Amino acid sequence: MSKGVTVSEGVTVSEGVPVPESAFIEVDRVEKVFDVRRRTGFLRRELRRVRAVDAISFTVARGEMVGYIGPNGAGKSTTIKMLTGILTPSGGRLRVAGIDPSRERSRLAHRIGVVFGQRTTLWWDLPLIDSYRLMHRMYRIPDGRYRENLDRLVELLDLSALLDVPVRQLSLGQRMRGDVAAALLHDPEVLYLDEPTIGLDVVSKARVREFLRELNSERGTTVLLTTHDLQDIEQLCSRVMVIDHGRLVYDGALAGLHEAGESERTLVVDLARELPPVDVGEAARVVRVEGPRQWLAFPASASAAPLVARIAAEYPLVDLSVREPDIEAVIARMLSTTTDAPNSPPERETDREADRETVVPGPGNS
Amino acid sequence: MGSARLYAAVAAGGFRRYATYRVATAAGVFTNTVFGLILVYTYLALWDERPHLGGYDQAQAVTYVWLGQALFATLAIQGGGFETELMERIRTGEVAVDLYRPADLQAWWLASDLGRALFQLLGRGVLPFVFGAVFFPTALPLDPVTWLAFGVTIALAMVVSFGIRFLVALSGFWLMDGTGAVQVLMVTGMFFSGMALPLNAFPRPLGDIVTLLPWSALLQMPADVLMGRTDPLPAFAFQAGWAVVLLAVGRLVQGAATRRVVVQGG
Amino acid sequence: MGEAGRLVEGLRAYRLIAGMWIRSTLAYRVSFALTVAGGLMVTGLDFVAILLMFSQVDVLGGYTLPEVAFLYGLSATSFGLADLAIGSAGRLGSRVRDGTLDTLLVRPAPVLAQVAADRFALRRVSRLIQGALVLGYACAALDVAWSPVKVALVPVMLVCGGVIFSAVFVAGAAFQFVAQDASEVQAAFTYGGQTLLQYPPTVFGKELVRGVTFVLPLAFVNWVPAAHVLGRPYPLGLPQWAASAPPLVAVACCAVAGLAWRAGLRTYRSTGS
Repeated sequence: MSKGVTVSEGVTVSEGVPVPESAFIEVDRVEKVFDVRRRTGFLRRELRRVRAVDAISFTVARGEMVGYIGPNGAGKSTTIKMLTGILTPSGGRLRVAGIDPSRERSRLAHRIGVVFGQRTTLWWDLPLIDSYRLMHRMYRIPDGRYRENLDRLVELLDLSALLDVPVRQLSLGQRMRGDVAAALLHDPEVLYLDEPTIGLDVVSKARVREFLRELNSERGTTVLLTTHDLQDIEQLCSRVMVIDHGRLVYDGALAGLHEAGESERTLVVDLARELPPVDVGEAARVVRVEGPRQWLAFPASASAAPLVARIAAEYPLVDLSVREPDIEAVIARMLSTTTDAPNSPPERETDREADRETVVPGPGNS
Repeated sequence: MGSARLYAAVAAGGFRRYATYRVATAAGVFTNTVFGLILVYTYLALWDERPHLGGYDQAQAVTYVWLGQALFATLAIQGGGFETELMERIRTGEVAVDLYRPADLQAWWLASDLGRALFQLLGRGVLPFVFGAVFFPTALPLDPVTWLAFGVTIALAMVVSFGIRFLVALSGFWLMDGTGAVQVLMVTGMFFSGMALPLNAFPRPLGDIVTLLPWSALLQMPADVLMGRTDPLPAFAFQAGWAVVLLAVGRLVQGAATRRVVVQGG
Repeated sequence: MGEAGRLVEGLRAYRLIAGMWIRSTLAYRVSFALTVAGGLMVTGLDFVAILLMFSQVDVLGGYTLPEVAFLYGLSATSFGLADLAIGSAGRLGSRVRDGTLDTLLVRPAPVLAQVAADRFALRRVSRLIQGALVLGYACAALDVAWSPVKVALVPVMLVCGGVIFSAVFVAGAAFQFVAQDASEVQAAFTYGGQTLLQYPPTVFGKELVRGVTFVLPLAFVNWVPAAHVLGRPYPLGLPQWAASAPPLVAVACCAVAGLAWRAGLRTYRSTGS
């Protein structure tokens, strides 16, 4: 029961330790090194030291909504796991609401909410409402507060018809909404979301995003989310942090990321028959042709509607789809165009690969 | 010819799938060795009290114990082979996809389970057996023909074991919850195969009955062939007979299940 | 939070989670009753195998049927207690593998309590019931002069035995932090231990008896204290006071298992597996 108490503007006190509002989450040169054993022969093993997170520093102010993005294996999940106390950092200093997560995991748990997109925190075989009842008791949420929060979350996330359904029978989108509600019943000050929209249909995505926006603006909950979906970031976050190879390579506004990335969307058109590449002048360029199917790249900032209208008017169009730029592509472009990123130690460009993996000959057998 | 190739590939896949779990295999070897040790001491005490119980001498009783441990995972005597997966597929309805495959459901799972059984014989069975043979007096034949016959009984036992478990798995089409069927499989497997006590050591009328049941084709037959207590040919006939009956019943049940799925639309 | 505070928190979380599972199990009474009945049959046949042995012999390792039944009942009941209370912890390896352990680490409750109470399977009472039935038969059939001490020793054995088996379960779970696929090793010690203790110590080789007395002290679940009740010589010629050692052994086992669990959890949190 360690709710912070505001003592003066901009500073809260968490059990005696002042937490500046501007550094509610504080990450200072945090690292995480894993030893990975790899089989190289029948009995031979090689021990590799992998820096999953390499001296990352950032702060997040109370009430901010931050996107944390990067390619697969860049260190996103590892960072989240350290911030929630699941993993112990190998080095550096980490504070969330003034608490050291790995040392006071249980105390921190009362103040944070966590949603893992790929696995549920709900009890799989039991009706949704049972999980909520259990959270109520486990987090010692006062009865009135619990009922109020539950009613509000059930309404906002449209869960009323699902409460008596066992979690395993829920669709992915329903389950995700159920998970988000579970993470918020105890009024956490920070909400971590690891890939909250992965695998969701368009309607579910929109609903989850809408809800998060309201949560952040009306309740002032600090939100940190990792995602593969650029639209999550576009619609939710004013600030983006990009991590690559365990290092923070960009920290700033989304606009800056787009500029840096000059990202493009792709229009995939199926024509009635095989035709030479579609010619729509400057509006788009054909990047690939495969039988009657063609891929056209156009700027992410431009609307697809005029382009589609023009192709439909001039060509025998059968079907089409628009693909958003994937985050890997944007980051790849950004990395190739930006030379000046914050938090980048000078040696970064020269020996990044070299210091990330050190090969140590390991013992032969397990 | 083409389908033989297909099923060989499926069997190889079953073999490889289990071969990837090295730690689990090592753990299994350890567990079977521990259980073998416990059992072997109780049998020694039992045969000490009653020499020639069931016609076995002490060395034969010891051999029986270690053979049981070697075949425990191979023949999935307590369950734990393909049937867990098939039942899950039936429960989730994914089995409808399998029924539309060009391959036959029964043959497909038989091939896959034979691959698994072969791996577990080599990976999990051999070591406890060797351990037993090294540290305890056993009664092993020197004659290669007996070993060859023993190999045939094991192969037949694998098919009988599959036939039983296939029926258990198919019960999932009619039962809401497979827990009961799996429990029955465990009980019958442990008890009627002679895993707990050799069938020939059972008291008289009961012993005669259990020897005729299909489970006696699993452990008792291979043991008796290995230790030269029975002629191989009648043993083969007994095992093959049960294998044919079980596979045929399995096929009938599969047909009924398929009609059921088709009628319900999956 | 001190050790005592942690224990209280752990028990509270355990009660909450287990309670939820029990309520949900009992929502389907018929299905539950059938499962328990089935379980009774499974475990019952286990004892039938021993009865079959005694249909051929009068004594096994010098012990009569009621004496073996006494050992069996004590072993099966204590094991049943432990399996019911904490058997779910055996699934730790698969939780580590599929990453669901992480979801337990972000909740404000000790992980061990959560793992042990998860999917609390009330149907495991069947082992407990079957063990108690055999024990009841043994107590009635035994030709023993029951002194107050001997009578009191029976519940002490059951509780201490349950605690010792629970410690083995926890240590086995801790090992799965390191080797996630090795849940069968745990089975060798839990199920294997239970089977071992069903037979008289006189049946087994000296080395094996030494191992389960001094290394993994399962002998204190029933062999040693039961020898006192039955008026039999103690295994390995242990001194008379050894029959009163089970509570001490149980505490020591818990301490070791607790350390093992902590070490395992620390490994997980520093490697992420």
